[in-house]
Amino acid sequence: MVDQAAGGGSALGVPQGLPALLLRRSEAFVIPLAALMVGFLVFSLFLLALGKSPVQFYQIVYQAGFGTAFSWQNTLSRVSPLLFAALCVALPARLGLVIIGGEGAIVLAGVATGAVGLAVMGFPAPVALALMALGACLTGAVWIGAVGALRHYRGVNETIASLLMAYIAIALLNHLVEGPLRDPASLNKPSTAPLPEALRVGDMPGFDVHWGLGVGVLACVLAWVLIDRTTWGFAARIAGGNVRAAQVQGLPVGLLIVGFSALGGVCAGLAGFFEVAAVHGAANASLAAGYGFTGILVAFLARHNPLAILPVAVLFAGIEASSGLLQRRMDLPDATTLVLQGFVFVAILISETFYGRFRLFQPELWGKP
Amino acid sequence: MSGDLGLWGVPLAILGGAIRVSTPFLFVSLGECLTERSGRINLGLEGTLVFGAMSGYAVAYLTGDAWMGVAAAAASGAVFGLVHGLICSLPRVNDIAIGIALMLLGMGLAFFFGKPFIQPVAPDLPSIDLGWWSDIPQVQAALRVNVLFIVGGVLAMLMWWMFRATRVGLIIRVVGDSTDAARAMGIRADLVRILSTAAGGALAGTGGAYLSLFYPGSWNEGVSSGQGLMAVALVIFARWNPLACFWAALLFGGAGALGPALQSVGVSEGYYLFYAAPYVLTLGLLIATSSPTRALTGAPGELSITK
Repeated sequence: MVDQAAGGGSALGVPQGLPALLLRRSEAFVIPLAALMVGFLVFSLFLLALGKSPVQFYQIVYQAGFGTAFSWQNTLSRVSPLLFAALCVALPARLGLVIIGGEGAIVLAGVATGAVGLAVMGFPAPVALALMALGACLTGAVWIGAVGALRHYRGVNETIASLLMAYIAIALLNHLVEGPLRDPASLNKPSTAPLPEALRVGDMPGFDVHWGLGVGVLACVLAWVLIDRTTWGFAARIAGGNVRAAQVQGLPVGLLIVGFSALGGVCAGLAGFFEVAAVHGAANASLAAGYGFTGILVAFLARHNPLAILPVAVLFAGIEASSGLLQRRMDLPDATTLVLQGFVFVAILISETFYGRFRLFQPELWGKP
Repeated sequence: MSGDLGLWGVPLAILGGAIRVSTPFLFVSLGECLTERSGRINLGLEGTLVFGAMSGYAVAYLTGDAWMGVAAAAASGAVFGLVHGLICSLPRVNDIAIGIALMLLGMGLAFFFGKPFIQPVAPDLPSIDLGWWSDIPQVQAALRVNVLFIVGGVLAMLMWWMFRATRVGLIIRVVGDSTDAARAMGIRADLVRILSTAAGGALAGTGGAYLSLFYPGSWNEGVSSGQGLMAVALVIFARWNPLACFWAALLFGGAGALGPALQSVGVSEGYYLFYAAPYVLTLGLLIATSSPTRALTGAPGELSITK
């Protein structure tokens, strides 16, 4: 697996300083991008085997996801839940936790938004909206924070626990919207009572996209600052790398694990809040739309870097935005995007094995045997 | 006599339901038990289960033979297991993450290819009447046992005996407990793990065929609701013992049958909460049996979830 460039290294001269730094840093960028391309390539072979044209597929994805101002708007309106769901995976991942049950927190936070909305209807709109968002964030924080607490204090595997809790959350959603919180007027699709217009989140000025996108971008930037530029983030990275070492250093490992999990839950909660307050206007089964699961892929593809989540989320939002056109033009089932996501996910995980294996990214070793 | 059993209908319906619902749990947990005993965890069995359900149903419909469907489901499950095993043999690849990816890929592929098979009706798997001695229809219904359930029970005993008394069982256990010890004995640890994961995948695929060919007995996108995942947790609860897997699967099946059983006697209040009973039970058992300080008794030493 040694890269071809290694042989000619001594002839080229060993780069120093900034070029060497850029080369080393580019590994974290080039390998995931290559894995993404391999995933797309394998999916193309899959389409070819079925007698469909991959060229047409990617043309439609470009056209429907990124080709026009309208398609950009369609794409951007789907980005916000992916950003939040990916942060719910990426933040706990800094501590070595693989939490994949963000869907559960999104769903329950959506119900909380609808329920709080009914309770605060008489309040002035800004206060009411703030209380609804608070309810959603707290719900998410408790739900995912509990996963972190179970992990640290009881040794329960967080991956299995969080996914089980996602199933429990969806059952709770169905129970609540069909029973105690059901609006009698919602006949075909049991929902909570619709939120009045004053309690709906509108579009950002100058965009046809709701505020969830702006808040989501802000959340990604804040998460990056937290992880890369604060002592808390530094402590979390140490604890994620080696728990024993962190404990010896006297770091509050339990607090970090529960805290970062809860922060991830807050993000998932915001996704649920915007889905109800900006998109659906009421909590119902549409909340379980699978954003939590696409978010897992986005986070892994971004290698749990909050800033890298932004472009990856836009890419997959664009692919999802093109799903309808793909079904009509190419007669492909709606699960097509799931298959594409699956191939990309497997490719990105396989690529983990290639880090540190290419001399191109280790200029200090060039020309050495 | 035969009409109204009153509240006695509930435990009877739960017993019958437990036998019906437990079979996929049994097959997936036996498969996962085999895989985990070799030192790997395959979280992707939920995807394998769903793909097995789809491929089993499709092949049974196309050939008109339910057992061909079971064979196809087992074969597709083995392929998924093989892919998991091969990828995890690469250095620094996380088996839990690969499991998540294959779970999503398996479900995606099943939904993709399964679309044309939602409408047609495929032949059912045969079942055996163990309730012939009773003239109460509810008892007869509860004891109408599918052949695959019996096969699963026999497999559990065979696997228990294999781990305990055979050379193959010993090799898998050594690989699962210590890669170094296996290497010192001249065993190719990666190969054993790949084969164990493939065999485990085949068992999970068979469980999927049961879902679509017997109970509930049709293919749709909601055919499995986390049974594959619960079975992974079930193996931890059963302490990696195939016989304990059998009893645990029955227990989980009973929890899954609670909602429908109560509904059948007219209790419909909070139906969705009873529907969540198996997940709550799984989570509760997981919490009760885990510990932050000591290693789990009976856990294979190389298993990443217990390290």
